[in-house]
Amino acid sequence: MYDEEVIYDSRRLVPPEEHTRPTTERPWVRRTLIGIAVVFMGLVLVLPLLLVFVEAFRKGAETYFAAFSDRNSQSAITLTLLVAAIAVPLNLVFGVAAAWCVAKYEFWGKSFLITLIDLPFSVSPVVSGMVYVLLFGAQSALGPILKANHIEIIFAVPGIVLATIFVTFPFIARELIPLMEDQGSVDEEAALSLGATGWQTFTRVTLPNIKWGLLYGVLLCNARAMGEFGAVSVVSGHIRGKTTTMPLDIEILYNEYNFTAAFAIASLLAMLALVTLVFKTILEFRFGDELAGTRRH
Amino acid sequence: MDIRVDTVRKEFSLYPALNDVSLEVKSSELIALLGPSGSGKTTLLRLIAGLELPTAGRIFFGDEDASGKTVQERNVGFVFQAYALFRNMTVLDNISFGLKVRPRSTRPPNAEIRRRAMELLDLVQLTGLEKRFPQQLSGGQRQRVALARALAIEPRVLLLDEPFGALDAQVRKELRKWLREIHDRTGHTTVFVTHDQEEALELADRLVVMSQGKIEQVGTPDEVYDRPNSPFVFSFIGESSSIPVAVENRELWSGGRAIGLPAPADAPGEATLFFRPHDVELVEDGVGAALAGVVAASRRVGGTRRVELEVGGNPNRVEIDLPFDHPAGERTRIAFRPKRWRVFPGKV
Repeated sequence: MYDEEVIYDSRRLVPPEEHTRPTTERPWVRRTLIGIAVVFMGLVLVLPLLLVFVEAFRKGAETYFAAFSDRNSQSAITLTLLVAAIAVPLNLVFGVAAAWCVAKYEFWGKSFLITLIDLPFSVSPVVSGMVYVLLFGAQSALGPILKANHIEIIFAVPGIVLATIFVTFPFIARELIPLMEDQGSVDEEAALSLGATGWQTFTRVTLPNIKWGLLYGVLLCNARAMGEFGAVSVVSGHIRGKTTTMPLDIEILYNEYNFTAAFAIASLLAMLALVTLVFKTILEFRFGDELAGTRRH
Repeated sequence: MDIRVDTVRKEFSLYPALNDVSLEVKSSELIALLGPSGSGKTTLLRLIAGLELPTAGRIFFGDEDASGKTVQERNVGFVFQAYALFRNMTVLDNISFGLKVRPRSTRPPNAEIRRRAMELLDLVQLTGLEKRFPQQLSGGQRQRVALARALAIEPRVLLLDEPFGALDAQVRKELRKWLREIHDRTGHTTVFVTHDQEEALELADRLVVMSQGKIEQVGTPDEVYDRPNSPFVFSFIGESSSIPVAVENRELWSGGRAIGLPAPADAPGEATLFFRPHDVELVEDGVGAALAGVVAASRRVGGTRRVELEVGGNPNRVEIDLPFDHPAGERTRIAFRPKRWRVFPGKV
């Protein structure tokens, strides 16, 4: 015998609260978890960022803009732009070459090469800086030779550029490797079979296929190149107006209790971060499927 | 342009994918490389194209040794399995790519490139879709664009890798007919790879049946179907049934009795009899020598009834076709004789 109450009636609509998907949590659990995340983010991310701008404008807009007319600060901004302008294009070339090589060819020691590309991420930036000091510094084996030829690397712009390149090397390669591996080389084979040269294949087929991923990598690489502190700090020598980049300039100003100026320069870097984030979001929103699926950073 | 493959060997990290394969493709021929996966058919196609280089052996295009030439120099039209259309280009740009990348001295003027691309678009029946991107096309349409793109460079030979592999059955049949028409109209020497025997039998002038890096048999569809030269080909192409037999006194024996078939060669010993399930005649049981078994299972296949027979003590059942209205039921005893058959020595 059937119990009338238990028989399933398909006409009866199940109320939405009873009909929950198995992966959905109860409302109060959801709200609590989201709440914790929002409070934590506000405290750790948004509040500090706001504080940068609040501190920068504490003494009014005039003092804020005055900070940028300082000769040393101007030279720091110029140097930062110069370093990024050298490091990012170079890493663009290195990154594309490395990703091409890893994604399209099979060779002995490939996984070692991938680990090596990741090295700058796993090693502390200070150590990266130290390495260059040991390599090119006055006490190093190369030191006397460099000095005899009047080549300055450490405590000069070339050292800063080298350290920045080292630290930002993985960004573009890391972005492109999974993307290019995913795409395989069949498009390239098609282009070659149609008579295209290697260079034509690269510019007309490979590059368009990876362009959004590449732009994304360049953005991240640029943000880091301008913001890098540790490695640059070791090799720069902190010569004001000559070898200080924006992050180093901020530190010097802060240590001199010149808070408004320090935060004014910091606000520039913060804005760079915001612009990068906006671009990144647009790219992810618009071309999400063309960017690499696995995000590591 | 005829193609000659001369004892070509290809090894991928010491594992041979092709084992001293020789093949001649005549000019304007449509030829199918047929085999199970891992038989080396795609490797052979890629070697002809120049996308792989042979470990040993040579490949000739006409009288010219093409072995040392790059894929660009060989001027082949290659259609890839997943089409490999350039996703950032329109259909028209895809088709004209091969002409646009030519060096200035041999590149036709832009108007001419466009005219030829439009002509090809017409040939593959996609007029009006030139501004679409590959993502906006159906699988069948992409396949046609890929073929038009390969034809645009006026290739010496046309090579297709599983051209219809990713399409559904209906579209596949249409495209098959259409490819045959295009081939007959343009007259390109064409080699295509397939694992679908029906496709190969219907489309190709000649088949190359491959297995484990070797060519098993080359012949017209009729030759390969009617006179398979090995147990592999017999069971790979078309439906087949087999049963172990013994050869004695120039006759075939099964389960201790002669089955009324003469042995083709006088080599006594174990052998295997192959025949097609539909190529049998029923005989009255007990009258004359025949194979006999009891029905173990039966199912309706289209216009016939396919029954599985247990013959003697053989562990493998034998399949034969009966008229669909044949009264045979479970455990009915049926006696039959293959009308056409082949015997291969040894147990298979």
